[in-house]
Amino acid sequence: MVDRFRGRGRDAAARAATDDPPAPAPARDPKAETWARVQLARNLRRPRILDLLPELAEEFVEIHGDRLFGDDEAVVTGFARIADRRVVVVGQQKGADTEENIRRNFGMPHPEGYRKAMRVMELAERFGLPVVTFVDVPGAHPGPESEERGIAEAIARSIGLMSRLRTPIVVVITGEGGSGGALAIAVGDVVIALENAVYSVISPEGCASILWRTADEAPTAAVAMKMTAPDQQALGIIDIVIPEPGEGAHTDHAETARRIRAVVVDQLDALAAVPLDELVEARYRRFRTIGAFREVEAPPPVIPERPGLADRLRNLLDPGRWSGISTIPAGRRDELPARDEV
Amino acid sequence: MPIKLPSFRPRRDAYPPDLWTKCPSCGEMLFNKQLDKVLRVCPSCGHHFRLSAEARIEMLLDAGSFAERDAGLESEDPLGFVDQKAYPDRIAAAQLATGMRDAAVWGTGTIDGRPVVVCVMDFGFMGGSMGAVVGEKVTRAAEHALVARVPLFVVAASGGARMQEGTLSLMQLAKTVGALERLRAAGVPFLSLLSDPTTGGVFASFAVLGDVNIAEPNALIGFAGARVSAGTIAQELPPGFQRSEFLFQHGFLDRVVHRSELRSEVSSLLRFLVARPAPLVEDRTDGDPLGLPSFRALSFLSNLAERVLPTESEIAGATNGHSSSPATPTTPTTASTTATPTTASTTATPTTPSAPATAPVRASQPAPTSAPSPTPEATTTPEPVPGAPSSEEASRG
Repeated sequence: MVDRFRGRGRDAAARAATDDPPAPAPARDPKAETWARVQLARNLRRPRILDLLPELAEEFVEIHGDRLFGDDEAVVTGFARIADRRVVVVGQQKGADTEENIRRNFGMPHPEGYRKAMRVMELAERFGLPVVTFVDVPGAHPGPESEERGIAEAIARSIGLMSRLRTPIVVVITGEGGSGGALAIAVGDVVIALENAVYSVISPEGCASILWRTADEAPTAAVAMKMTAPDQQALGIIDIVIPEPGEGAHTDHAETARRIRAVVVDQLDALAAVPLDELVEARYRRFRTIGAFREVEAPPPVIPERPGLADRLRNLLDPGRWSGISTIPAGRRDELPARDEV
Repeated sequence: MPIKLPSFRPRRDAYPPDLWTKCPSCGEMLFNKQLDKVLRVCPSCGHHFRLSAEARIEMLLDAGSFAERDAGLESEDPLGFVDQKAYPDRIAAAQLATGMRDAAVWGTGTIDGRPVVVCVMDFGFMGGSMGAVVGEKVTRAAEHALVARVPLFVVAASGGARMQEGTLSLMQLAKTVGALERLRAAGVPFLSLLSDPTTGGVFASFAVLGDVNIAEPNALIGFAGARVSAGTIAQELPPGFQRSEFLFQHGFLDRVVHRSELRSEVSSLLRFLVARPAPLVEDRTDGDPLGLPSFRALSFLSNLAERVLPTESEIAGATNGHSSSPATPTTPTTASTTATPTTASTTATPTTPSAPATAPVRASQPAPTSAPSPTPEATTTPEPVPGAPSSEEASRG
């Protein structure tokens, strides 16, 4: 087990080194390297969609409101002109300081944010405009008001809408790709990520606190989940990784925007040439085929028989033990704790 | 006098260790045999115990009608994930504990004689977490429901996406929802039953998207874990937060149904929600089951014209070769509806050894009820079947 773990670490380090030559420093330790990337993805000065757009697009008009409840400032939507191509933009926006973060809820969208995104994507479909989304979210807002207004429903509907939307969708993961809150605007024909972006099913802290029973093991969990952009590219979740300038995207917003712009324009042109039926079918196939499983012929696993003689004798003499169950008999699921996750 | 050891043996066999269960809600000690008789609902406080996939199928479907599909799907370890235990070891342990290969089972069956495609999750297998196998099974069930034009019924019981498969399990949200969108576009009903617990990525994908969402009383249903919520807002959560009644109150559930009435409720819903017939001109080359709406509209119009204006169509048929069109709309539709029972019965034979005797009999039942549906008029209105099965169910519960 330990050998496998070490071997994997070396693989990841080697891949990271070959995939992006201008890597910050040739770190030996995969844990430190991965954690450095997570920190870069969360850097307070990392460029957000509103920082990138002035350089990325010639023109941008923001539009607001989900027409149902309110306007969520953690999600920015609008029309943009990128290299003279009209597009609809959807992105998540964290704040640069505490005051803005309170207004934007630390970049954690409420249901109305996703419903606004859906409304704008429907506009895009109706007017034949491609959609470009910018993902940077720790996760959807987990509070009671979010649950009351149906955060899960909003995310599921948004995923559904994007999977059938009859217009090209380009996804750019610029910072944190946090679970369902990210996927809700990340079902695209092509998924691009900045070099130091991360994408994961649960935050490394959340994963560590469930599987390692302490949030301190977050760097270990980050390595185990292979959440960095190069690792995600190797898994086939991300198609293109854009190298970041200098020490990271936060050091040069304009250059980062120019690099994103070049790739996005290429992809928009490539997707524009694909007939819509094929495009939507290919998008469905892309997500349909993700996941590793095998088909086995062997008979189903057998639940082991009753405990050994010694245990049974002990049970016999101590009736109090009967309520404790070593395996889970069919029909008993209640003794297991519910998990807090995702 | 030596102790008569043999006298212990029959006693030990008669009283296995899992004789009693303590109700976690009211603390009552419940006799397991009695508990099984009342569908594992506490008689004193109404607490709904969690059910295994097997018990759930037995409770919801007609006896012996279930034919499992894709029973051999098994998770791989794409990330080489190791926490305090390697992922393959966790899977092996869960398989030994539950006798299942992964946290979901799908197949075909009938409810009061009406065919359904069911997919049932089991919380006992790694917290019912959704990895590639669960995602694949839900998706295959949806795709089968689409082709067979049979309602889909999914029973969710899950803590969310499976961390050990990383973003690959996150993508199962997109995979399952994508398949459901196609089902929706094709007009095939999807019933979602949310049982205790349904949280995280499973709730935020297929489970919440039912045409009708049903939940059992007091089931934990939510997006984020309660501890996460409490940590974020740093205050006490409202009582009943993330329970069925909370979601019902906020409009995300259609019905909260006691387990004893579940089967009859589902059965009556299935009498209203009948799959729209397949498009009359379907899968030309690529096998896209959705067909093309324009073709459907055309054939529907020509079909209507045949009925309303028979003489005129005869005249038109003589000139432009449409005389054979009356046969065209009916044949594909009847073929697709009758295909369902036959596929169900053929697959029942190899998978379950006890099924062959009962399955064909069960499978032949839906034929008379679905027989009137091929005509377009019959499908626009719900089937006018009297409520005999539901009253029978009520007496059973």
